[in-house]
Amino acid sequence: MAHDEKPSSEREPASEPALLLAEYESPASIVHAAEKLRDAGYTAFDTHTPFPVHGMDKAMGMRDTPLGWIVFAAGATGCFCAFLMMWWMNGYDYPLIIGGKPGYALPSMIPVMFELTVLFSALAAVLAMFGLNKLPRHHHPVFYSERFESFSDDRFFLSVEATDPKFDLAKTRALLESTHAAHVELVEEER
Amino acid sequence: MSYYAPNAAIGETHLLDPKLSFHDITEQVSRVSEDKAPRGWWILFMVALTALGIFGGSVSWLLWEGPGVWGNNQPVAWAWDITNFVWWIGIGHAGTLISAILFLFRQKWRTSINRFAEAMTIFAVMCAGIFPGLHTGRPWFDYYMFPLPNQMTLWPNFKSPLIWDIFAVSTYFTVSAIFWYVGLIPDLATLRDRSKVGPGRFGKVRKLVYGFFALGWRGSNRHWQHYERAYLILAALSTPLVLSVHSVVSFDFATSVMPGWHTTIFPPYFVAGAVFSGFALVETLMIITRVVFKMEAIITMKHLELMNKIMLATGSLVGYAYSMEFFIAWYSGNEFERFVFINRATGPYWWAYWAMVSCNVISPQLFWFKRLRTSIPVMFVITIFINIGMWFERFVIIVTSLHRDFLPSSWGYFSPTIWDIGLFIGSLGLFSTCFLLFLRWLPMIAISEVKGTLAQADPHHGAHESEHDGAPASEPAPAHG
Repeated sequence: MAHDEKPSSEREPASEPALLLAEYESPASIVHAAEKLRDAGYTAFDTHTPFPVHGMDKAMGMRDTPLGWIVFAAGATGCFCAFLMMWWMNGYDYPLIIGGKPGYALPSMIPVMFELTVLFSALAAVLAMFGLNKLPRHHHPVFYSERFESFSDDRFFLSVEATDPKFDLAKTRALLESTHAAHVELVEEER
Repeated sequence: MSYYAPNAAIGETHLLDPKLSFHDITEQVSRVSEDKAPRGWWILFMVALTALGIFGGSVSWLLWEGPGVWGNNQPVAWAWDITNFVWWIGIGHAGTLISAILFLFRQKWRTSINRFAEAMTIFAVMCAGIFPGLHTGRPWFDYYMFPLPNQMTLWPNFKSPLIWDIFAVSTYFTVSAIFWYVGLIPDLATLRDRSKVGPGRFGKVRKLVYGFFALGWRGSNRHWQHYERAYLILAALSTPLVLSVHSVVSFDFATSVMPGWHTTIFPPYFVAGAVFSGFALVETLMIITRVVFKMEAIITMKHLELMNKIMLATGSLVGYAYSMEFFIAWYSGNEFERFVFINRATGPYWWAYWAMVSCNVISPQLFWFKRLRTSIPVMFVITIFINIGMWFERFVIIVTSLHRDFLPSSWGYFSPTIWDIGLFIGSLGLFSTCFLLFLRWLPMIAISEVKGTLAQADPHHGAHESEHDGAPASEPAPAHG
């Protein structure tokens, strides 16, 4: 953790501002703060909460997740692959005539088709969730803040990335302070 | 999962003490892996390790000598091994019911018990898988069961329910495991953030290991959005999955032409029994754990009582299925079917049948009385009875149907050998060892989910009071009457 107590102006020029981090004490105050940033036109900001806060997606002006469509495609693939596998193995490559039934008989394929639909969908749901979230990512500037570790306990944080087109050290800090933040700090990362 | 707003008009109260703060929840759950293990844990762990040793011995002797060391023989070719398989896999079902089905029904009380129950599912399915694997006789050829190219150029027969079972159980295990892990990620981040780097207490190792598996979770709302949707989808997928798994297990029996097995009631009957036995085992484990680790504030009497109600419902379903089986055996007019059922109740295995009925049908009926379903000693004894009864149910279905073949010259009687018993006790040891390690090293309660259900998780919590302070005239007075 490359954190020290010196004010940002006295740091070596080897580091540059990464983000501004504001800390709040309740879900209500962070929802209001997020609404304020959204209305001020910020886009590259995020909130960090110990649990998903109700109504935060709307407060941050986020679009719906496309995850459902990805999972649907994967599930359909799983179902089709299962059918293809059973048709090819039992009906084409080495037909097994059991109980006088055709090599491939759709009714007896249903259970395996169902199971593979579920398996493919579940794996896709998790892998696509990781992909959309860009996880695992063990390194992120927000972890430079020592206060930040209480996000997983009972504190609520709002971070504004320096890459945001509207980011301005003084103005953004003033805006965050006007949202009744309990604490605002600048997090820097090495150049 | 969003906050829980109790409806006072119908007598609902807060799930947990409203004085509990977010930090209290973090503290109570995380402390288990940070403090020294309580003495009770060590005692249980030593017992579990002993049983695990029995498991090792029983498996080694079985592999060395072959399945002849078991009591199975014609006509009873399936006995304790398959009984144990069905029993264990059934136990797993409660975990998925709590984590997925109760999630879809928005039963917020599940948050205190779901992590615990999901862990039970995973370890129970592991134990279940061992039995059919060993029962093949030559487990090193178990890969024949999977659609893998082999030297015989043969493929599995996909018309066999045993192959459906392979797919159902392995999918079930995989999906349960990833569902569990996804739920764990935010809580692993909590443990990571609490690990203080420094000497003693392995702070650095903890930070590294929990940090690695937490994947760099930073509670971002842009992550929570995808995360919550993935969780919802996994719950929606697990719901039909769990119903399918025990249905497919029941097809192993129902698609055969054995009297006593060849019935259409099997799939729903097996699923109800699975949920019934699983809840019983979750509760048995929970009653012990909440005392050993002092979790009474999070796993309250309300949770236990609700679980007892589910056991009462599923136990009654099972009792109905038993009587319906008898009715249909009589109504079918099939002599063999009638014989099997009368033989179950009065034949050489009458003791197993009546043990099953008294444990599964009679004992849960005591939960109709509020005093009994809120008494810890009573529910502890009943859950143990249910576990025993559900084991006997599978034993009765399997062994009594097989031991009287169609020809009286092929009749037999099955008795277990010491290796049957050893492997069963051993599987309990394997389960308990895994479970105790889980309790000790992973958050046994879903920290972030419990926090999300507290009243102060509501972004409008306390807003009404402050609005009244600021502008009392702006809101109309509530209408009385």
